[in-house]
Amino acid sequence: MSVFSASVTGARLATGFSLPVLVVLSLGFVAVPLTASPYVLEAILLPFLALSLAGLGLNLLTGYCGQVSLGSAAFMAVGAFAAYNFDLRTGLPIPVSIVLAALTAAVIGLVFGLPSLRLRGFYLAVSTLAAQFFVQWALTKFSWFSNGSPSGIIAAPVIELAGLRLDSAVGRYLFSLTIVTAITLLVHRIVSGPEGVNLIAVRDNETAAKVIGVPVLRTKLVAFALSSGIIGIAGVLWAFTYLRTVEPAGFNLDRSFQILFIVIIGGLATIRGTFLGAGLIVVFPLLLGRLSAFAFDGLIDAGLIKLIERIVLGGTIILFLIAEPNGLSAILSRLSARLRALVRRG
Amino acid sequence: MLSVLTGGLEAARLAQPPIAARVPELAPESIHAPHSALALEGVSLSFGGIHALRDVSFDLRPGEIRAVIGPNGAGKSSLVNVISGLYQADAGYIHLGGRRLRHLRPEALPKLGVARTFQNLALFPGLTVEQNVAAGLVFRRRHGLLAQLAGLPGARAEAAEVADRVRDVAGFLGITAHLHRLVSTLPYGLQKQVELARALVASPKVLLLDEPMAGMTATEKAEMAAHVRSARDRLGLATILIEHDIGVVMGLSDRIAVLDHGVKIADGTPPEVRRDPDVIRAYLGAEAA
Ligand SMILES: Nc1ncnc2c1ncn2[C@@H]1O[C@H](COP(=O)(O)OP(=O)(O)OP(=O)(O)O)[C@@H](O)[C@H]1O
Ligand SMILES: [Mg+2]
Repeated sequence: MSVFSASVTGARLATGFSLPVLVVLSLGFVAVPLTASPYVLEAILLPFLALSLAGLGLNLLTGYCGQVSLGSAAFMAVGAFAAYNFDLRTGLPIPVSIVLAALTAAVIGLVFGLPSLRLRGFYLAVSTLAAQFFVQWALTKFSWFSNGSPSGIIAAPVIELAGLRLDSAVGRYLFSLTIVTAITLLVHRIVSGPEGVNLIAVRDNETAAKVIGVPVLRTKLVAFALSSGIIGIAGVLWAFTYLRTVEPAGFNLDRSFQILFIVIIGGLATIRGTFLGAGLIVVFPLLLGRLSAFAFDGLIDAGLIKLIERIVLGGTIILFLIAEPNGLSAILSRLSARLRALVRRG
Repeated sequence: MLSVLTGGLEAARLAQPPIAARVPELAPESIHAPHSALALEGVSLSFGGIHALRDVSFDLRPGEIRAVIGPNGAGKSSLVNVISGLYQADAGYIHLGGRRLRHLRPEALPKLGVARTFQNLALFPGLTVEQNVAAGLVFRRRHGLLAQLAGLPGARAEAAEVADRVRDVAGFLGITAHLHRLVSTLPYGLQKQVELARALVASPKVLLLDEPMAGMTATEKAEMAAHVRSARDRLGLATILIEHDIGVVMGLSDRIAVLDHGVKIADGTPPEVRRDPDVIRAYLGAEAA
């Protein structure tokens, strides 16, 4: 590890992974495929993985580099449609199409990141809305992107790896988990290395960063490109492994806000927080749905139930922001510190 | 304020004698001579109707500690901001590294051998002390993101060099024990030291310090003053020091420039400045106001 790596808490094993990370990885790669029901995989884990990855991409940009974006769903859409078209038109292996899709999303992210060289905060956020509307418009307007499909909804290709068709829920889950794990490790390496210093320096004090020679403009553009590339891959996972269709409608402003909430609820500039935030955003509405079905079934109509759910969800987010602005990650830190203290006391 | 000035007399007597004698004598007309580390020539700067600087000429010799004093709003920070490219002068030139420039680009500062600190702390609270100081070396980095991620030997060697250099400077300023702490968790005085470390790590030739001792306790001030002096002695730095504590200024500086309402009203060795009637008037005036 480089000298820049942030101080490490907890034991590190010979592999360089901390114990909790190893536990989570072995649960994810071994226990879950053996035990999880198709429902859990399809309704919870697949969207969770795709949204976690999107959150990770946005956190790199917003949490680490301090650039607010409301265009995340646009870059998901770019990734999904680019992967679809590379697959359709080149016949390259799927992983190659995904890499090309990530590059496409990165380039488009770079272009929409250019205003960040001039704009800040609220104004930048508004300018990233341009990406959101432009991409959705282009994808609906030009049917070439959806291969001329009249509805604009197209079936995603089945993922094939070395002749192996990954169309079962477990297969898609493992594919998604592998990609998310690899990118998470990459992001960890980036943010704990010298580039992480640049990102946080730009976020914390742009003037000071500039005066000491941190390449501010380059750092912002790198953040936009990396972030959009990662979010692009998240879009591929969303379309190819979760929905199994590719369509512009799911990549709307609501989705962009959802990803922003994941980052805020989880905690800015924390990797594990992003996963916690995504977990909450995916699971909470399901729980709420169950609960309200149990409480109100037959009493009031389904539309009203949906509305109540949204209000409760919104209220929870607001409460959360007031009670713990540093997010779930901070809560976890406190809990584990308390736990460690208990263990020590015996 | 007059009492502050005479209080400064005592401090000056206690402190070691001014080092001006060590610095080669310069005739006044050689202000823009190539052997000054930095010079301003007729610099003016205004914000709307406010004249922050009026036709200020100023030079800084290699190895010299040059104080800039003056009442609040006199234009001291503006002077440093013009030198560091954050403000663009309406008129005048900056002489630096053998060149005569209208403006500087702040991004170019480190390569020109200029480092600075800020009147209000300008650290990166989300980074550790070590990372904050290492940020002062980013401008020299030769290996890009891909080389870092691939763990190329060159990139690793570079990281090790950076670590060594950070350690050296931290040792010099006595902050080694705090290297791994988040900088925002340190007391104010220590944060000021970290900011100095971040500036020194770049091995600048010119150091601009905007009130490095503001808000410090007397002990912390003495410590900071010792650091500024030994940085100069060891590294031959040319230092511009903005400071309100006249005692510190008298004890530490080789020469002092006095600004008032954007005008340089006096310039000379500490004893000269202390005797200057304009300076006494400006300080009395500031007190009466
Ligand atoms: N960015 C700015 N915009 C507008 N006016 C400014 C700006 N910076 C400085 N000024 C004005 O220029 C004048 C000089 O300010 P400056 O900050 O240089 O003073 P100073 O000598 O550093 O004061 P202090 O001792 O309070 O730090 C003041 O009147 C100030 O209000
Ligand atoms: Mg000032």
